[in-house]
Amino acid sequence: MNLDAVATRPEAEAGAAGPVVAKMSIQHLNFFYGKFQGLKDINLDVAERRVTAFIGPSGCGKSTLLRTMNRMYSLYPGQRAEGRIMFNGRDILDSDVDLNMLRAKVGMVFQKPTPFPMSIYDNIAFGVRLYERLSPRQMDERVEWALTKAAMWNESKDKLKQSGMALSGGQQQRLCIARAVSVKPEVLLLDEPTSALDPISTAKIEELISELKNDYTIAVVTHNMQQAARVSDYTAYMYLGELIEFSATDEIFLKPKRKETEDYITGRFG
Amino acid sequence: MASDSGLYRRRLLVNRWNLAMSMGTMSFGMVFLLWILYTLFLRGFEALSPTLFTQMTPPPGSAGGLLNAIFGSVLMVLVATLVSTPIGILAGIYLAEYGKNGWIANVTRFINDILLSAPSIVIGLFVYTVYVAQVQHYSGWAGSAALALLAIPVVVRTTENMLRLVPSSLREAAIALGAPMWKVILMVTLKAVRAGVITGILLAVARISGETAPLLFTALNNQFWSADMNAPMANLPVVIFQFAMSPFEEWQQLAWAGALLITLAVLLLNILARTLFRQGVAK
Repeated sequence: MNLDAVATRPEAEAGAAGPVVAKMSIQHLNFFYGKFQGLKDINLDVAERRVTAFIGPSGCGKSTLLRTMNRMYSLYPGQRAEGRIMFNGRDILDSDVDLNMLRAKVGMVFQKPTPFPMSIYDNIAFGVRLYERLSPRQMDERVEWALTKAAMWNESKDKLKQSGMALSGGQQQRLCIARAVSVKPEVLLLDEPTSALDPISTAKIEELISELKNDYTIAVVTHNMQQAARVSDYTAYMYLGELIEFSATDEIFLKPKRKETEDYITGRFG
Repeated sequence: MASDSGLYRRRLLVNRWNLAMSMGTMSFGMVFLLWILYTLFLRGFEALSPTLFTQMTPPPGSAGGLLNAIFGSVLMVLVATLVSTPIGILAGIYLAEYGKNGWIANVTRFINDILLSAPSIVIGLFVYTVYVAQVQHYSGWAGSAALALLAIPVVVRTTENMLRLVPSSLREAAIALGAPMWKVILMVTLKAVRAGVITGILLAVARISGETAPLLFTALNNQFWSADMNAPMANLPVVIFQFAMSPFEEWQQLAWAGALLITLAVLLLNILARTLFRQGVAK
């Protein structure tokens, strides 16, 4: 299933404006952890300004797939990817890609909140300072803008100088989202962003995702199928390193084409 | 039920026996530590007087102080710390963040471990051979060099261990923002373990400030006031060694006072290191 087929379906357009364009195009992607093959011939387009969700049981390769999109795997010797991932007209799997520039454009939020050991303000300014020279006033504005985007400005505006590590788990995660948003990336990768959070924080972050897709292309890995159904426009179901089914979220959840997908979604799996 | 309670009683007995054994060995160690401290404090405080900090080490048979020795020790330890801290931290960063399990890192780690447990007299002889014997005189620089060689492995080891405690998720989070590796290390990972690294430095200082053997072959001693790092330099450990072995009552008194000063300084450094580390962990 690829995007061209689903893009023509009117219901895929629900809730989002503008034509659907592929922001990232994954072609014949194979991924190896040493000798073990973690991903098998993945073909999929991540649509611009839409939310694409990746679901599937643990170990199916969802996170691995996300980690190829910003080349995070390159940190670890022994991990390698074959195939192509086209982004802005370039194959980001090329060996001569500037990884720092790529990661500045493709932001990532992790499963566990990872505030840096510095103040809330500096947590955000750290990323911005890497690629932009802003005056102190512009920086203040940027920090406010990012925290507002992450629905955190009101609760943090009076304690910007406090350590980011003193926040609650849900606040830390929203701070991490603010940090990822602050550098104005084109794509946001969310790796199970709510799995460590309580239901209220989860709801806030889900609202946030729906909000952010107006400006960003979002790929989210989740174990929570209701979450995928709530926040995403497209859903990919993966199993044992293979992409089993990929189409508009409504379609996956209401009339899945593959028996495996239906079994997983209805909880009859395994 | 009967066999159950028999098993249970046996377990209680074994537990009591093991507890008693560990208490016994613990007190065995503590007795000697307290004994040493008791003797030291008794004799040391007796010999303590303000002139310690105002007068130079005296010639045999007359009264005096330890000013030149205290100054020499502080100066040489300071220089050694300033030299060993950056080297140790940089090497620790290399081992934890860049070298990891490459062969250079493994060889470095192995050699560092040998250095860590090398007898300090060997280090002293080494500096004597390559430096003191070449320039034909003892000096404060040589003393600092020997002390720095002793401090470096401690700093390398603690820095590496601390950096390895940083969860890879924190490192990945910084890299995911597009930060280059060196910025990630300096501004995120090293900052996260700052307290632990400083603790390592303080422990290294505590270790070298009591070393005698390496200074015997390098800085030797100086009876007079001297701030010239290029000349033989007085220092507490060697003064204690020399004075304690002498037959003169005044010298022996000064040796006790010097020993007390070093012990108190090391104790203070250890307490400081522990409080700092605990604060770092709590945060």
